[in-house]
This record gives sequence, C-alpha cells and structure tokens, in this order.
Amino acid sequence: MEKTYYPKAWLMVLPVVAIVSFSAIIPLMTVINYSVQDIFGPENRYFVGLEWFRMILEDPEILGAFRRQFLFSFAVLAIEIPLGIAIALCMPRKGPWVSVLLILLALPLLVPWNVVGTIWQIFARPDIGLLGIGINGLGIDYNFTGDSIDAWVTVLAMDVWHWTSLAVLLCYAGLQAIPDAYYQAARIDGASRWAIFRYIELPKMRGVLMIAILLRFMDSFKIFAEPFVLTGGGPGNSTTFLSQYLTTMAVGQFDLGPAAAFSLIYFLVILLVSYVFYQVINNLGKGVG
Amino acid sequence: MAKIELRNLAHSYGGNPSGPDDYALRRMNHIWEDGGAYALLGPSGCGKTTLLNIISGLVQPSEGQVLFDDQEVNALPTERRNVAQVFQFPVLYDTMSVYDNLAFPLRNRGISEDRIRERVGEIASMLDLDDVLKRRAVNLGADAKQKISVGRGLVRSDVAAVLFDEPLTVIDPHLKWRLRRKLKEIHERLKLTLVYVTHDQTEALTFADRIVVMSEGEVVQLGTPQELFERPAHTFVGYFIGSPGMNFLDCGLDGDAAIVEGHRIPLSGEVLAASGQAEGRLEIGIRPEFLELSGGSSGLPAEVEYVEDRGTHRLVKTRVGNNALFVKLRDDQSVPEDGARLRFPPEWTLLYADSHLVG
Repeated sequence: MEKTYYPKAWLMVLPVVAIVSFSAIIPLMTVINYSVQDIFGPENRYFVGLEWFRMILEDPEILGAFRRQFLFSFAVLAIEIPLGIAIALCMPRKGPWVSVLLILLALPLLVPWNVVGTIWQIFARPDIGLLGIGINGLGIDYNFTGDSIDAWVTVLAMDVWHWTSLAVLLCYAGLQAIPDAYYQAARIDGASRWAIFRYIELPKMRGVLMIAILLRFMDSFKIFAEPFVLTGGGPGNSTTFLSQYLTTMAVGQFDLGPAAAFSLIYFLVILLVSYVFYQVINNLGKGVG
Repeated sequence: MAKIELRNLAHSYGGNPSGPDDYALRRMNHIWEDGGAYALLGPSGCGKTTLLNIISGLVQPSEGQVLFDDQEVNALPTERRNVAQVFQFPVLYDTMSVYDNLAFPLRNRGISEDRIRERVGEIASMLDLDDVLKRRAVNLGADAKQKISVGRGLVRSDVAAVLFDEPLTVIDPHLKWRLRRKLKEIHERLKLTLVYVTHDQTEALTFADRIVVMSEGEVVQLGTPQELFERPAHTFVGYFIGSPGMNFLDCGLDGDAAIVEGHRIPLSGEVLAASGQAEGRLEIGIRPEFLELSGGSSGLPAEVEYVEDRGTHRLVKTRVGNNALFVKLRDDQSVPEDGARLRFPPEWTLLYADSHLVG
C-alpha cells in the first residue's frame, strides 16, 4: 500500500503534545532537576551529580523496602491472577446469574483505597473484628498490629480482596470472546478439559492476562493508602512499602534531592519490569513460523 | 464410512413446543447414503446448522433418532461419533504448529507417535500442507487455515462422515474455487459421506451429488441438482435455485389447460393426470430458461419492462397483470418490439397447489 505523507498532520497532534508536556514532561524535568542538586533556597543550590542516587542505592532500609515491595507484588500476582482465572472459568457464560455475579465482583473495585484500609483495620482487629476473633478462635495466635508476618499477610489478603475482581472481570471478558466453534471443535477432536484450557482458553486470554498482570503489577508496586491506613507501615517497618518511604522522605522530612532521585529509580524500576512482562507475555507461544 | 439416517427427527430449542412454529427443525425422515456428497442448502436461519450440529452430536435433538449405519447414536457424545466438522471460520489451536494441530485429535485418543507421524504425513500431502507443517498455524492464510481444520477432521482413520458448515465463507473468492475442488477431490478419493451446509446455490450445485433444500426448519426437497432445477418440489425451491428463480403465476384449471388472466395455457398429460388432487391456491411455474418470448398472435400477452445483456444470454423482464416474469433469451433471439407474447412449453410448465408440486 502507498503511504501518503501529510506534514500538516503534526498540527493535529500539537494539543496533545502540549497537554502531555504540562502534565508529565515538565514535572519529570523538575524531578530530574531536583535529583542532581542540593537545594537550600532559590539562590543557594549546588550541583551534586549522582550523589543522591548513590545514597539511595546504598541505604539498607530502602533496599529492604525494595525487596519487600518485589515480594509483595509477586505474591499479589501469584495469587490474584490464577485465582482470577479460576473464578472466571467457574462463572456461567450466560443466564440471569451473570449480571448478579458481575455486580458482586465489581463491588470491591468501587471502594476507595483508604476505605478498604479502614474496613480491614476493623475487620482484622483481634478484639472486635470478625476476622481477628475468628482466626484467634481457631486457636491461631493472630495480631496484625503486633506481629510483622501477621501484618504482612493481612495487607496481602486485603489486596487480594480488593483487586482479584479486576483479574476475574478481565479474564471473564476474554473467555466470553471465544467463539463457540472452538469448544465444539475441541469436543470433536476429543480434547480433555485440561487441553481445552491449555490450548484454547489460555492462549485466547493472553491479551487480557497481559493487561491484568501489568495493571496489577504497577498498582501493587505503588501501593500506599491501604497499608498506611491498616498498619501505618508497622510493626517495625515490616509493611512500609516504597511509596510510603518516598512520601515520608519528600513531604515529612523535606529531603527533596534524595526523594527526587528515589522517585526516578522507583519509576524506572516499574517501567523496566513492566517492559519485561510485556515482552515475555507477548512472545509466549509465538515462536518462529 | 457411514449411512446417516434421520428418523422422526425434530428439534426445538425451547422447552415445550406447542405448535410447529416453536420448532427449529420440523419432523423429518431421511436416509443419506454412505459415500454421498450432500449439500444442505437454505437461507440463513432455516435450521441447516442445527441439523448439522445434531448429526455431529453438538446438539441433542428433542425428538427422534439419528442413526449411523443403522446404529442409534443419540446417546453417543460428539467425540465418539466418528464425525469431523469444519466450521465457518477456521478453528485452530493458536499456540501449536500445523503438525501439532493435525496431530491433536490423534494425541487425544492416545495413538502412538509413529502412527501419528504417518497419518499426519498422509493428510498433509493430500491437502498440500507438507511445506508448512513446522510453521505456526496462526501465521498462515485463511485458506491454509481452513485446510488445517479439514485436515484435523480427516486425520482420524475411523472418521465416517465429514460435516462442513459453510467452510468457504471467509475464503477469498479466487481461492474458493481451488479449495472447493480440493474438498471434492478428497471426497472422491476417500469416499466419505460429506454433508455440506451452505446458503450459496452455486456452491451446493457444484459440490454435491444431492442437495437437501431447507426452509423454515423443513426439508422441502432432496434431489440431484438436475431434479431441483427441472422439477422443484416446492415453490421455495423454484425461487431459491436458479438465477433468477422460477416464474410463478396464479392460475385456474379448465379441462386440459391452466387459465391465467383469461388465457389458456396447455399443460402436459402428466400434470393433468395428477391435477385431480390439486386443491388450494393453484399456480403454474416455469423456469426463465424454458419460457419463450416472441411476437405473433398466440401465447400470453405480456409487456416487456427491460432487457439486460448478460453476455452469454439476455434477461428480459416482462409483466403480465401484476406478475413479473423473467425470460432468458439466447443471443440470437430477438425481443419483439411490441405485442410480445409468452409461450409456455407444456413439458416445462409445472403446476403447484398450495406451493407444493402437483404430479
């Protein structure tokens, strides 16, 4: 096909370029600017090069937070994605129950982050919360404000409650888009239930799974409000995730230089991991041919 | 290889059919011979796909039986019926190579890899797929994909019948002919029973030995292409087969002739012999190919509306009262200026009572 070049088309793109520069590029430049200087006042600043970056990367607490953050995000993906697929597979494909189930599933997604934190904060309390009393009633010693593992698991459970629905809805939409003929052909070919999942449903869900994985990774890697409300980052710093560190550093201590360097590292890590996910999923089952 | 028999078969998708309108398929009895090529022809929504899915077992009929070689198969699930089915658009296992796609039905049945290699090789060479066996099926063209779908059906050595559900819908016109030729060739070679669903009469007429014409859940005629053309059993078949379809005119009967607009149209002895039982609304029907148009004083007076030159013939639209009648004229025949008359050769003039052929 012949391509037509029409240089004036660039004019059409200008408004978007302008908006994006104001909303993203200029703030990003500012952050980069802060990250390489030590600023005491408008007329009192020194260029420090990559000093802040080195400081952040050598800070054992921040590196610990990175490790916790990765562990948390991968735990979230490892639970929410398979669980989402499993629930989507169990849902009826048509009938009156579909809309009821979809509404029920959408409910957690509609609750604001900090409200989710508050709900779980009460729900999990060992003295008055249903969950806390229930678990302790089973003879398991559980106290999310006192025990770091309990706190960590509670934050994870809260995230699973809040966001698994997203994976379910995406997978369900992916499953609904598979034409009946595929299932009919599979029956004629004598395929087992597992083979249908492995060779029809899973490959056809690749696109939606990619969206689900990327969204859940990015969101969980940036988690802030729920653990902040639930545990305040404690006990100790067992549930202090990266964004909470960053906020404390930037807004609490007003260390703008290190905080800017921290944000850039944070941002690049998310970008890099998302890119790797994207490439890996995109190339899965798409060999040469 | 199998003879397919439909005994008192009917199907309704709803729970409790109360009248004939609730049936997607009305009661039918048919025997389709082993090794025959049958086309199920009819407009969209006439029940052809339902019938196909009942034969393959994807749909359970609400009434009646399906028999393969005199064995009832109603209770047998699809995978044990030894039928292959090819759908409107190619159904492939995206992540697999062409080879694995073809091997899939055999692997599911626990056949040894040696035997699989042999079978896949045979089928691939029959379908000209040898060159692409190692490639991924998703990256091939629509016609190759559809050949893989066909191949997945044929690869099983026990397969008794191959069912096609409009398999050429998504194929480019210039490849359609080739693929259809290929299917026909395979049929001749393997002598399988073929059932081919389509709404395209050319496809049905060129592909099948026998055509099952369906309308509103009913089989209105089962016959060879020639029978459908020369003696449509129902006015629907007359309309649906042929381009343009058959001409029909309301008529009365008087002695040895049909009366149309006060003119006598003589009928053949065969039609007259059967006309005693003709009741209800009477019509005469004649194909545009057989209707004669000329000047002179004998025949039914008609008004010529337009003439279309179709290259090999000319198509003339004429009008008699409120009825439009088409005539196909050979290139050497002329269209009379005025005072055109239509003549109905008695051997090609058929009589219909309440849409059904008399005689």
